[in-house]
Amino acid sequence: MAWQPVCELDEIPPLGARVVAHPDGAIAVFRTDGDRVFALRNACPHEGGPLSEGIVHGNTVTCPLHNWNVDLDSGCACAPDQGCARRYATRVDAGVVWLEA
Amino acid sequence: MRKQKLVLVGNGMAGVKTLEELLKHAPDIYDITVFGAEPHGNYNRILLSPVLAGEMKLDDIMLNDRAWYESNGITLHAGRKVVEIDRVKRVVRTDDGIEAGYDRLLLATGSNPIILPVPGKDLPGVIGYRDIADTEAMIAAASEFRHAVVIGGGLLGLEAANGLILRGMEVTVVHLADWVMERQLDRPAAELLQASLAAKGMKFRLGAQTAALRASERGRVAAVCFADGSEIPADLVVMSAGIRPNAALAEAAHLRCERGIVVSDTMQSVTDPRIYAVGECANHRGVAYGLVAPLFEQAKVCANHLAGFGIGLYRGSVTSTKLKVTGVDVFSAGDFMGGEGCDEIVLHDRATGVYKKLVLKEQRLAGAVMVGDTSDGAWYFQLVREGKDVSAMRDHLMFGQSFAQSQLGDAGHQGQNKAAQLPDDAEVCGCNGVCKGTIVKAIREQGLFTLEDVRKHTKASSSCGSCTGLVEQILASTIGGAYQATDKHSKPMCGCTDQTHAQVRIAIRDFRVGERKLLSIREVMDVLDWQTPNGCATCRPALNYYLISTWPHEAVDDPQSRFINERAHANIQKDGTYSVVPRMWGGLTTPDELRAIAAVADKYAIPTVKVTGGQRIDLLGVKKDDLPAVWADLGAAGMVSGHAYGKSLRTVKTCVGSEYCRFGTQKSMDMGVALEKMLFGMWSPHKVKLAVSGCPRNCAEAGIKDVGIIGVDSGFEIVIAGNGGIKTEVAQFLCKVATPEEVKEVTGAFLQLYREEGFYLERTCHYVDRVGMDRVRQRVVDDAASRRALYERLLFALGDAPDPWQEQQSEPLVRQYRTIELKPVAKENGHGLATRV
Repeated sequence: MAWQPVCELDEIPPLGARVVAHPDGAIAVFRTDGDRVFALRNACPHEGGPLSEGIVHGNTVTCPLHNWNVDLDSGCACAPDQGCARRYATRVDAGVVWLEA
Repeated sequence: MRKQKLVLVGNGMAGVKTLEELLKHAPDIYDITVFGAEPHGNYNRILLSPVLAGEMKLDDIMLNDRAWYESNGITLHAGRKVVEIDRVKRVVRTDDGIEAGYDRLLLATGSNPIILPVPGKDLPGVIGYRDIADTEAMIAAASEFRHAVVIGGGLLGLEAANGLILRGMEVTVVHLADWVMERQLDRPAAELLQASLAAKGMKFRLGAQTAALRASERGRVAAVCFADGSEIPADLVVMSAGIRPNAALAEAAHLRCERGIVVSDTMQSVTDPRIYAVGECANHRGVAYGLVAPLFEQAKVCANHLAGFGIGLYRGSVTSTKLKVTGVDVFSAGDFMGGEGCDEIVLHDRATGVYKKLVLKEQRLAGAVMVGDTSDGAWYFQLVREGKDVSAMRDHLMFGQSFAQSQLGDAGHQGQNKAAQLPDDAEVCGCNGVCKGTIVKAIREQGLFTLEDVRKHTKASSSCGSCTGLVEQILASTIGGAYQATDKHSKPMCGCTDQTHAQVRIAIRDFRVGERKLLSIREVMDVLDWQTPNGCATCRPALNYYLISTWPHEAVDDPQSRFINERAHANIQKDGTYSVVPRMWGGLTTPDELRAIAAVADKYAIPTVKVTGGQRIDLLGVKKDDLPAVWADLGAAGMVSGHAYGKSLRTVKTCVGSEYCRFGTQKSMDMGVALEKMLFGMWSPHKVKLAVSGCPRNCAEAGIKDVGIIGVDSGFEIVIAGNGGIKTEVAQFLCKVATPEEVKEVTGAFLQLYREEGFYLERTCHYVDRVGMDRVRQRVVDDAASRRALYERLLFALGDAPDPWQEQQSEPLVRQYRTIELKPVAKENGHGLATRV
């Protein structure tokens, strides 16, 4: 685990995401309305759907495959659904997004 | 800022539901205190009868235990009776001297059983039937005594009588009217019900006026005496002759009361707007509701107002009664008595205990009453509420939804609509593999009341929706009178707003800020007081569509508010790859196009190539990173997006037609190509598919398309609103025209009408069903000026429609397709960004 630069913040659309390749499996890096950045393993706890392709709203992403809502902060599915996607630490420094992975 | 104080008097279902709704919207704005006269948390009063009957225990019917109040920071005074409201000091007081100040006061004091004013009414052994204490008193009496009399043959009375019989007592039901449940049933239905109850040992005294209750030597009630001088033994008398709103507290505080606390459409007392009332104690527009579904609707409105949103209004409820009276299914809705100007259709099978009566008035279903087999109750109720013309299915109406609709095709669930009779392991939801037993268990254990709840918890009916009717029936038969189907069009779009789809469409069309139209999702959300910061995956795509369809070339099209398929211009597959379908106008292709497709499939190692149902070639398993290059290669051969991924024009399927076919009467390929070119790039509420056949043999299957064109010798027949999907719908005849130009104009006008009036995710068949074929015909066929205007608006909206595949290949759009590769931090690179992405 190490902090690594990913891209500039502007390269992630607001209320959108980008996919980062990683040996342990792809990571989705999300940007919310207030320019907060979150990173989760790009696999829905339900059936592994690519969360990066979901619709981002508030601090939640809706999986494109079966509409599970996943909390970006914790990586966990919103009740009553159960399960969590692994989360990764992120920070934004001088307009650059960093990821600890 | 000091938190406001909210006091709830009445710890029952309506009041606590209001708190639950309030906590959802605004968890932090109130310090909440609850007073309840009963020494329990909130429980499901509807289930007292199963408790009496020994089918459930008290623990099973608790909805909110004490831990719930604690975890929400609510102070609960259970077992304390509020006796005074001081409106000047804004304080309530209990009989044992506890005081609580309020900024807002919510009264949910429910109702009291009506105790007949006869001599002996206060004797030991005479009780009402309202709460846990009454239920426990009945259970205790049943273990000691033999004769019970229930006064009042309404639902509650019959349930009490049934419970007491199951607990071993001999029970007589005394009823003033000539038949039981006269407010819910007509006489034949009631007699059928009575016969089946009599078979279980229940005795009846109908048309009997109770004169007095006589005491035994030991001072307990011993007999019920009638006005005609006769009497029957009774060790227990249960008064169940109706309820009266409990408004004594409000009356004492000089709030206006008339059979309940009179409230406005925001559930506020008309006397004092700081005071709200919900539930059985409230009189809304002259009605005090006793069923749970209206109470929950009131709770929602009240919570919305308490939370400070102030946009919900309660406008009253249409109720139906679907009950299981002691194992016998009973249903009624609307005007079931009939009379002058009404027709009746009756099925009466005494031997099997089935009675159904449908009351028709002016070609509409006005009411229905049923005993024995009530599986179609939800459907009849829907027809009553919608007030739809049923003349087309009048012949089949009596035989129920499954049969009536099987006349039109009802794939998947034909003959399977008897929810109550399904075994627990029967699969209800074919998409998510959910069985009936799972649904029933979730309803019971999680305390679910609505279709949305069941969808969330079990996933049943949450995908294609074709089992929705079945799930609603399971809900109805599991929770009985607690369930009320809601009209889906009167529901809010989603949890982010109280606005319906219709209201939002109108707002976007008509609302102006000064001179300015609403042109972005942000503006719509601000003007309509959206309750979430940026909506959700349900409302954002709908808003985006409404904006771009209402204000083409002006509104902001927000890709982040589109489903991934419309954002990536390809269909996402279960493994995260995409499918690519190039457009083939009218299903026609060329050797060059085929060579280019083959080359692309080889070059990008595309694993699967398939011919689709819409006469296209589908390249399946394309990686997202490869999409722009695949499109570039296809584009070089002249191919553009097939929009196989969108709520948009999909395909125009054609047969060979008179160009080649020896039976053909019209050039169907030319017609299909012309229509597809005209409609290229058209976004719509849902997907749109067309077909053109060159003769009535209809090889292009035009009869199950959103718009079908069938060539005949003298021109073209146009049919609309067909559907080959979840439920096969045969398209309806719209009109016949002579020339291809007229086909284009009528087709364009109809699709534009659908684009302007359809709700998001509503197919043409559902749209036409909702607004009626008459309206469509009037706007598109009869009124030439209207048709022309619609057609021109469509052509304007589609003018210069771009090829999205071409657009997506340019920066910065194209970068969203690229996976970012992390590279080790390189020293020579200032901020360490190894690659520009």
